Amino acid sequence: MPSIAKPIAVHPSLHRNAIGLNLRDYEGAMSTLCAGCGHDSITAALIRALWELSIEPHMIAKLSGIGCSSKTPTYFVNGAHGFNSAHGRMAAIATGANAANRELTYIGVSGDGDSLSIGLGHLCHAIRRNVKMLYVIENNGVYGLTKGQFSASADVGSKSKRGEANRMSPIDPAMLALSIGATFVARSFSGDKEQLVPILKAAIAHRGFALVDVISPCVTFNDHNGSTKSYLYTRKHMQRTTEADFVPPASEILATIGPSGTTTVTMHDGSVVRFSAVPKDYDPTDRRKVLNYLQENQSSIATGLLYVDETVANLHEMNGTPAAALWSLPYEKLCPGTAALRELQEDYR
Amino acid sequence: MHQLLRTRVNDFAIKLGNVNGTGSASANSLLMQAIFRMGIPVSGKNLFPSNIQGLPTWYEIRVNKDGYTARALDYDLMVAMNSQTYAQDVAEVREGGYLLYDSTWPLDPHLCRDDITILGVPFSRMCNESFGESRERILMKNIAYAGTLVAMLDVDMGVVVQLLDEKFATKKAMRESNLKALKLGYDYAKETFACPLPFYLEKMDANGDKILIDGNTAAALGCLYAGATVAAWYPITPSTSIMDAFREFCETYRKDPATGENNYCVLQAEDELGAIGMVIGASWNGARAFTSTSGPGISLMNELLGLAYYAEIPAVVIDVQRVGPSTGMPTRTQQGDLMEAAYASHGDTKHILLFPSNPAECFEFAPKAFDLAERFQTPVFMMTDLDIGMNDWVVPRFHWDESYRPDRGRVLNAEQLSQMAKFQRYYNEDENFIAARTLPGVHPKGAFFTRGSGHNKFGGYTETPDEYQEVVDRLLKKHTAAAKFVPAPAVHTRPGARIGIITIGGCDPAVREAVDLLAARGIVADYMRIRGFPFDSGVEEFIMRHNYCFVVEQNRDAQLRSLLLLETAVPKDRLRSVLSYGGFPLSARHVVEPIITQVPTELVSKVPRTEESRRTVVSDTWE
Repeated sequence: MPSIAKPIAVHPSLHRNAIGLNLRDYEGAMSTLCAGCGHDSITAALIRALWELSIEPHMIAKLSGIGCSSKTPTYFVNGAHGFNSAHGRMAAIATGANAANRELTYIGVSGDGDSLSIGLGHLCHAIRRNVKMLYVIENNGVYGLTKGQFSASADVGSKSKRGEANRMSPIDPAMLALSIGATFVARSFSGDKEQLVPILKAAIAHRGFALVDVISPCVTFNDHNGSTKSYLYTRKHMQRTTEADFVPPASEILATIGPSGTTTVTMHDGSVVRFSAVPKDYDPTDRRKVLNYLQENQSSIATGLLYVDETVANLHEMNGTPAAALWSLPYEKLCPGTAALRELQEDYR
Repeated sequence: MHQLLRTRVNDFAIKLGNVNGTGSASANSLLMQAIFRMGIPVSGKNLFPSNIQGLPTWYEIRVNKDGYTARALDYDLMVAMNSQTYAQDVAEVREGGYLLYDSTWPLDPHLCRDDITILGVPFSRMCNESFGESRERILMKNIAYAGTLVAMLDVDMGVVVQLLDEKFATKKAMRESNLKALKLGYDYAKETFACPLPFYLEKMDANGDKILIDGNTAAALGCLYAGATVAAWYPITPSTSIMDAFREFCETYRKDPATGENNYCVLQAEDELGAIGMVIGASWNGARAFTSTSGPGISLMNELLGLAYYAEIPAVVIDVQRVGPSTGMPTRTQQGDLMEAAYASHGDTKHILLFPSNPAECFEFAPKAFDLAERFQTPVFMMTDLDIGMNDWVVPRFHWDESYRPDRGRVLNAEQLSQMAKFQRYYNEDENFIAARTLPGVHPKGAFFTRGSGHNKFGGYTETPDEYQEVVDRLLKKHTAAAKFVPAPAVHTRPGARIGIITIGGCDPAVREAVDLLAARGIVADYMRIRGFPFDSGVEEFIMRHNYCFVVEQNRDAQLRSLLLLETAVPKDRLRSVLSYGGFPLSARHVVEPIITQVPTELVSKVPRTEESRRTVVSDTWE
């Protein structure tokens, strides 16, 4: 069983969001992942982010591929539409779903096996199309369900539970995404909800494809000495490169550009990302500077909202589609009719 | 001098040998279109290489007043414009036939034949003298030979000029060049040879309500009229022109006049896995979505076709079949994907297939494919092939029923959902074993979890044998129920027939002609063209009514026959195979010869059938 029914107990003192729902309304079934799995913390952060954004549950489409991470859509927002698809194909399915209905909020949850090996091509092309969606990679460097093989994000020298060292160079999803034109790239740690929740909210507000790479230790197969994706290693090496708050559209914007190069970025929906700290010479809107920074700081795990660009058109804007969902257009608008058919056939005489 | 062919009007075949990428296609289709406009039954088959420039390419035109327009293998006239293939081209001319060549250069005496008439026209020299720019010289050589053929075959010059006027309405200089080249070839022939040749054209009125169109364009038009809004694809010969045409039609007919917005979205995917994934995602969200591909693409799509089958998501796949296995011969035709499509994906899967036989049915079946996909919540394949898809066919003009409305199948709307206690996805099926589905975002009560993993009838995850089997057993019953909804077979019976001939798709014209030719030789056979899978009950009944049936198809392994044996109760010895799978469109001869050698003498009637039986079938509609 991938899930266990969770008893719903709502205490009257629970806060309600703008649409009158409490946090429990955004929960899903009980997780069946291993106790202490980083993925469960990401699930909790997603629940909080979606609740804080007051998105109607049934207007959420949560999609995944196959793997431990891909089980997690079952564990959040019971009232959302879920699609647990096939290994590596979620980005393609989400692209088609998004094309048909741009009115939903798309949450894609994937893992490093799903996204960086079998589904790498689909991920890259969803980035290029700038499909408006949150795409979370729950990155633990290992294949969990098949019991501990290295994934493509395993670092050189990182050891498996059996002591074998990985010798192939890793794929860094953040660097990869930046190099192919991603418009929103963030990295966080499953153990840092304080950082993760505003990042997820900003990602959902983003105009296009928002990649959030979350280091999420695998307690069963990759949380030992020699792993570079363990809780201990990540806590030691993680560096909060940028610190940012997410300010919803209606709120008053207080901070502007600060002395150390901090900045605000207005998202497409009018919400604001307010960077309270970024390193000197780091500009989260300058792709080249961000790539240089990541290149030069590989000994640490740079986290935060690394890059954002709200100026690039998304899939629908590139294709000039209407604001309404394509599926909802009346047939009369789609069929050219008998007269047009008669007329156009003159070209085939 | 050899003996001339007897005079024949509107009954001959010509073949043109060209170099790929030199512009011969426009000259060849100009001739074909002119003959069509003269009201004469005609077909054109493009036999082209997988190449952009340089390799040999051929075009065949068959003219037949009785309407037999399958590929002919006897060429009355060969236009040999490619020195690389000259030897082969000379050898293919029928005895007493003609060969036209470019006499700018001397003819190799070893390549001459005494039993044919060889006519030379110095096309290159004339064009080099008349045109300055080198590219133009090459292009105009083609129009020049078209001009010669206009003279030799009595093509209506007025019609040809009219076609050029239409084509170059906004390009005056091009029009002038073309007219000049046409006249060069025409005048030379008129001055040098006895025109027309013993076989020539005369105006008829057989094409009054017909159009000249390829199957890919027709399929695209069908998808447009079906209301498809999302299309995802990966470029692959021979299906690419479907999406090119769909996009062009959409640019004209799907742009909102008020807002300029596009009421469609065409996605060029990263590969076929992505393309079918996008179709499934869009269909899950309620859009009519399709992909167009060929065999190699179907191979890649196998994985997600199983997901769509098991999770019960509609998907329309147009498979323009080409020669396999592997890369095979991408520009050659075959019907080699039947088994692959019927059972695509791992585990127990079965899919609905439609088999159009020509562009008219491509147009007609496309909306049907969407209706069936949405009604049965499953992938539906429209199986065409390169011959149907990329060659121009003369077919009856398309008509559209204004009262048509898409069959969206069992989809619950917000009002229905609001009145339900609880929605459960795979529960409460109808008489066709179809359960209602919901679309995301319509109503909070409609939310559910779609999964390709084991699920029970409520949509919940399961690993319990009984719960799993209950769902897959229903899927099988649902598939079987679809037999009543796919197009019924097209059957033509003849009095006294004890054998049957069965085929599918683009083999139709050749098999119809073969049935008539066989009748003329005393072998009377009934004819059935299968149009859908799962098989209509009429298919098995037809087979059982006959001593045995020949199954004519274009693949090595007799895939249609195998499918019939697997999916009906007919005994194996009732079905015999006639196979042609070299990659070119079927000819009646491919059918007649193997059947004659197999039919025992007691089934051959003493009195051969006459011309009358030929006409009976030809006059049939494309029902």
